[in-house]
Amino acid sequence: MLNSAAAKSIGLLLGALVALGAFFASVMLGTTEIALSSLFGSFAHYDPTNIAHIILLTERLPRAVIAALVGASLAIAGALMQTMTRNPLASPGILGINAGAMFFVVVAVSLLPLHTPAHYVWAALLGALVAAVLVVVLSRGRHGELSPLRVVLAGVAVTAMFVSFSQGLLVVDQQSFESVLYWLAGSVSGRDLSLVAPLLPLFGGALLLSALLVRHANALLLGDDMVTGLGMQATTIKLLLGLIVIVLAGSSVALAGMIGFVGLIVPHMARGLFGIDHRWLLPACALLGACLLLLADLASRFLMPPQEIPVGVMTALIGTPFFIYLARRKMAGQ
Amino acid sequence: MRQTVTLTLDSKVQSDSKRLLHSLIMLSLLLVASVGLSLCLGSFPTSFTQVLHALAAPQSSDITFIIWELRLPRILLAILVGAALAIAGAILQSIVRNPLASPDVIGITSGAALAAVLFLALLSTTLSIHWLPVAAMLGALVSALLVVSLAWKGGISPSRMVLVGIGLAAAMGAGTTLLIVISDDSAAMTAYVWLTGSLYAAQWDDVRGLLPWLVIAVPISLAFARHADAMALGDAVAEGLGVAILRSRLVLLACSVALAGAAVAFAGGLSFVGLIAPHLAARLVGRNMARLVPASALVGALIVLYADLLGRVAFLPKDLPAGIFVAGIGAPFFVYLLHRSRARF
Repeated sequence: MLNSAAAKSIGLLLGALVALGAFFASVMLGTTEIALSSLFGSFAHYDPTNIAHIILLTERLPRAVIAALVGASLAIAGALMQTMTRNPLASPGILGINAGAMFFVVVAVSLLPLHTPAHYVWAALLGALVAAVLVVVLSRGRHGELSPLRVVLAGVAVTAMFVSFSQGLLVVDQQSFESVLYWLAGSVSGRDLSLVAPLLPLFGGALLLSALLVRHANALLLGDDMVTGLGMQATTIKLLLGLIVIVLAGSSVALAGMIGFVGLIVPHMARGLFGIDHRWLLPACALLGACLLLLADLASRFLMPPQEIPVGVMTALIGTPFFIYLARRKMAGQ
Repeated sequence: MRQTVTLTLDSKVQSDSKRLLHSLIMLSLLLVASVGLSLCLGSFPTSFTQVLHALAAPQSSDITFIIWELRLPRILLAILVGAALAIAGAILQSIVRNPLASPDVIGITSGAALAAVLFLALLSTTLSIHWLPVAAMLGALVSALLVVSLAWKGGISPSRMVLVGIGLAAAMGAGTTLLIVISDDSAAMTAYVWLTGSLYAAQWDDVRGLLPWLVIAVPISLAFARHADAMALGDAVAEGLGVAILRSRLVLLACSVALAGAAVAFAGGLSFVGLIAPHLAARLVGRNMARLVPASALVGALIVLYADLLGRVAFLPKDLPAGIFVAGIGAPFFVYLLHRSRARF
C-alpha cells in the first residue's frame, strides 16, 4: 500500500507507463509479425495496399483502443458499485448489468431491424438500466437493507434469466448464432474504430461525472449521513453513481459483449495499492483495468494459436479464483 | 387442557396428512392425464382410440412405432428428468437453507455441462455417444467436490457454499463458451442445443440409464429427510437433536449431485426446474422433506413434460428444445421468488 501522496503519484505514473506499454505490445504483437517501421509508416503515410498497414490500422489499433477503454470503464463501474452496495463482490458482471445489456443487444441484432452500432448502443444502455433496476428492487430486504448474499443472488438470478433468454433466441434463430456467440463470450477483436467514436461522449461524460463526485463517493463509504453533510441527498448521489455505472457498463457491452470479473478484481487490486480514497482509487482503477484487459487480450492471442480465445473467457478464468478467495475471506462473517 | 391440546394437534396432523394425500393424488392424476395428452399429440396426428389400441395391443404398424419407440420413451424420460431435477433442488435448498439455491445456481449443472461439451468437442469421434452421460456425471461429481472443498473452512457454511458455487459456475460457464467457440460450427450448434436442454430423440436406453439413479438416490434422501428437517432449523438445533450434521449434509449433497448429474447427463442443461418445482410443491404440502420430495418430483415431472410437449407441437415442423420453455417460465418465476422471499433473509 502506498501511503504518501508522492508515492501514490509515482504509482499512478508507473501504472500509466505499464498501460502504455501494454497498449504498444497489443498493437505490435500478434500472429502476423510487424516491423516497427510499419507502425510509424502506417500513421505517417498510410498505404491501403500494404498488408502490415491494413492490419495495424483496421485490426490491431481498434482492438487495443477498445480493450483499454472497456477495461478502464468496467473497473471504474465495479469500484463505484462496490462503494454503493458496500459489498466486496459487487461488479457489473456479477450483478447482471452486463447480461441485461447483452440480452438487449442480442434482441436488437437478431429480432429488430437495428444493425448499425449506434442503435445497439442504445439497446445496451436500456438493457443495463433494466437489469440495474431489477437487481436493486430484488436485492432489498423487507426494510430496504442490502444483505450481501442477497445482492449476489439477485445478480445471479438476473444474469441467469437474461442468459437463458439469449440462449433460447439463439437456438430458435440459428442464423444469428455467430453474432450472438460473440456477445455471449465477450471479445474485443474484429470491431471497427468507427464503433468507438459515437460512444466517446458517453464514456467522457460518465468519467467527468465520476470525477466530480469523488468526494461524495468517499463520504458514501462512511455512511449515508456523511453525504448529507456535503449538501446533497444520499439518494441523489446513489442515483448519479448508478447512472455512471449503467453508462459505463452498457457502452462496454455494446463494444465488446459480456466481459466479466474485470469490474470485480481491479477495484480490489487498486484499493490494496492506493487505499479507499476515490480520488486515487478511480484513476488507479482506470489504469489497472486497461492494463488487465490489454494483457488478457494479448494472452488470448498466444495461448491456443491459431485460435483466439474470447477475452471474456480469459477474464472469467483469471477472475474466478479471486472471486472464491473473496467469498471465503471477506464474506466469512455473513 | 392438555387433552384439548393433544386433540387439536392430532386433528392438525390428520388434516395435514389428508392434505398431503389429496395433493399427491391430484398431482398424480394430472400427470397421468398429461401423459395421455402427450401421447396423442405430435407431428403425426393420432387419435385417442388409436393410441389406446397401440398401447394395449402393439402391432407392427406406424402408429405402434410412433407411440412405443418415439413418444413413450420421450415422455417417460421427461418425467424422470423433471422428477430428478426437482428432488435434487428440494434437497439442496434444505441443506444450504436457502430457498434460492439449486443445482444450477451452485455450479453442479455447469460442471456436468462443461464435461459434456468437452466430450462432444474432443472425444465424440473416438468414443460412442453412449459415454456422454458418464462424462456429464463425472463433471457434476467433480464440481460438487470442488464446491465442497473450496467452501471448506472447518465445516461447510451454507452461504459460503452458495457463493463459491456461483464463482465456480462462472468459471465453468467460461470453459464451456471457450469450447464452443473453438470447435467447428456444427459441433458448436449440437453442443448449444444440448446445453439448452432437449429431450429430442430420447430412447428406451436413456430411460433405463436414468431410472437406477432415482431408484438409488430417492430412498436414501427420504431416509435422511428427518435430518434435513432438523438442519433447516439451524446447525445448533440440529446438533441438539442429535444429527451428525456433516455426515448428513454430505450424504444429502451426494444424493442431490447424483440426481442432478444424471438428469443433466440424459437431457442436457435444463435450468430452473430444480429451483421452481420445490417451491410450487412447498405451496401444496409444506417444507417437510418427506412430503416435499414426492410432491416436488410430481411437479417437476409435470413442468418438463409440458415444456417438452410445447417444444414438440407448438412450432411444427420445428422441434424446439424443452429447455427454452422451462427457462422462459422459470427465469421470471425465479425473479418473482426472490422478490417474495424478502421476509426470510
